[in-house]
Amino acid sequence: MEFVQNFPFICIILTLFSGPLSSILDGKKAKWVNTAVITAVGLMNTAVLAFVIRTGAPYVYRMGHFSAPWGNEIRVGVLEAVMAVFFCIIMLLSMLGGTREREQELEPSKANLYYIMVNLLLSSLMALIYTNDLFTAYVFVEINTISACGLIMIKQNGRTIVGATRYMIMSLLGSGMLLLGICFLYGITGHLLMSNIQEAVGKLYASGQYHAPLVVALGLMTVGLAIKSALYPFHGWLPDAYGYSTVSSAAILSSLVSKGYIFLLLKIFYRVIGADIVRDSRELHVLFVFGILGMIIGSVDAIRESNVRRMIAFSSVAQIGYIYMGFGLGTTAGVIASVFHILSHAATKSLLFISASSLTEVSGDSTDFFDLTGAGYRNKVAGVAFTVGSLSMVGIPMFAGFISKLLFAQAAVECHHKLLPAMIALAVSTVLNAVYFMKTVIRIYTPEKKKVLKERQFLTVRATDQKGKTAVLVCFIALNLFLGIFSEPVVRLLQKGLLMFA
Amino acid sequence: MNFSGLLTNYEEAIAMILFAIGFSNLLLQKNLIKKIIGLNIMDTAMYLFLALKGYIAGRKAPIVVDGVQSVEAYINPIPAGLVLTGIVVSVSVSALMLSLTIRLYRRYHTLNLDEITTMLEKEGL
Repeated sequence: MEFVQNFPFICIILTLFSGPLSSILDGKKAKWVNTAVITAVGLMNTAVLAFVIRTGAPYVYRMGHFSAPWGNEIRVGVLEAVMAVFFCIIMLLSMLGGTREREQELEPSKANLYYIMVNLLLSSLMALIYTNDLFTAYVFVEINTISACGLIMIKQNGRTIVGATRYMIMSLLGSGMLLLGICFLYGITGHLLMSNIQEAVGKLYASGQYHAPLVVALGLMTVGLAIKSALYPFHGWLPDAYGYSTVSSAAILSSLVSKGYIFLLLKIFYRVIGADIVRDSRELHVLFVFGILGMIIGSVDAIRESNVRRMIAFSSVAQIGYIYMGFGLGTTAGVIASVFHILSHAATKSLLFISASSLTEVSGDSTDFFDLTGAGYRNKVAGVAFTVGSLSMVGIPMFAGFISKLLFAQAAVECHHKLLPAMIALAVSTVLNAVYFMKTVIRIYTPEKKKVLKERQFLTVRATDQKGKTAVLVCFIALNLFLGIFSEPVVRLLQKGLLMFA
Repeated sequence: MNFSGLLTNYEEAIAMILFAIGFSNLLLQKNLIKKIIGLNIMDTAMYLFLALKGYIAGRKAPIVVDGVQSVEAYINPIPAGLVLTGIVVSVSVSALMLSLTIRLYRRYHTLNLDEITTMLEKEGL
């Protein structure tokens, strides 16, 4: 065994222990530890990615000295490693991009608590990505929920506490259903390791035994994770939680936390139940319908919203709808499109949240749509960044969002009986996206009257004033362009990863 | 449909009924404390279900007292381990929910989530 194969395990342990370490450090040092840990984890995951691409085969890492049906395992393939690297990049950029806001909004005595939560969140994401054990996945789902709740409520006003409470209630309902599904599966298969469960489920399915409990277990796990990742009818907590928390939290929550659950669901489909059985069970049709509803209703809600942060939050509901619609198509191409959309949405949504916070800063800290008039001139970098993010969300060529829409459309063509609804939903949702994003872009580039500017004394921020933030925004724009222009190798990597994944 | 299985496996049926009671309380109650009680009923129902899955009639708990006996003498210990893990998780989320409730109560002097939402709208944050 090569040393690099230990890295996934080291990533999880390192992030898990840096949490308690941060609790005895002060805010500044905790921040350094956090940045160093995320960077180190990102580098280690890159090494793992290079290793699995070179060997071309997934590997299983035993935790402890017990082998298969008893011990706990980590399983690493290309898809997992790509996700892990990407999550680290987004997390690092989101943390760096929100430094100033965190310093202003958090009480100095509680600054280190924020980093504990971020470290635990990263550790749970890594564990969700790499684990091959269903019960371990459940435990880390709960750690993920608790740390996400901490990220929401650390900025203290009424909205965030209520948002956090609603988030916890919905999440706990979701994890209750997930746990019940896992218990059912354990009851009928007698295993907790994903590969063993899949073997047993395959046999049971072939013999026709326990068909009903199997379908119920799959349904419970799917609905549980859909609630947790804010699929359309369960998104009530989302706007408050994303709209009023500090900007790093909003960026991380929208681009990583919900994606961790979606990745676990993908794992359950492919590695626990088996893709064919999932397709036969017709549960994907339900996901397809709710995905489409989410795509449209999320966008309509976003149009009606006058608070720009909440508008971006509602747009997340629509994007989660896209991802579930891709799953619902039931083809490999649909899943590839969804996985690509996980990447492109993460890169775009965190860019939008961070640039929007810069724009509101130069508009007298108001998130109201009309106060943003001319904000693109007062902070030029943020204006450009917001425009890039909007164009990507709408799906203009060259940007990441275009590629995911193209992939969704191509996947829908393969799937005859779902072609029409999928295409209509894509078209309607794109138009609706264009309405609210372009409306905002036009608003930030409409010059504000000189009188108002004088009266309200809006700040003007130059690119050199906030070097760190400018660099982060440039990185995000580059990431978006990279996903948009060099999508070919990324998609090929994802296809290879999905083959290895199953 | 054949419902006689519900009578022979009445323990499992009870676990599911308890789960449903807890779930609907967590979802529908307006009072935050009642919601948390619902959460705990839901989790406890799950532990009952798991414990039932591990029990094999006529066998003993897997604690070695007078020398290791054959595997046939003991019940399955894994569900017990899962229950312990589940209890730890449940304790921490209950604590977190209670602390959120205390925060909200100090701020708004009520435990009713709907009333709190209306007050928030009046605050106009």
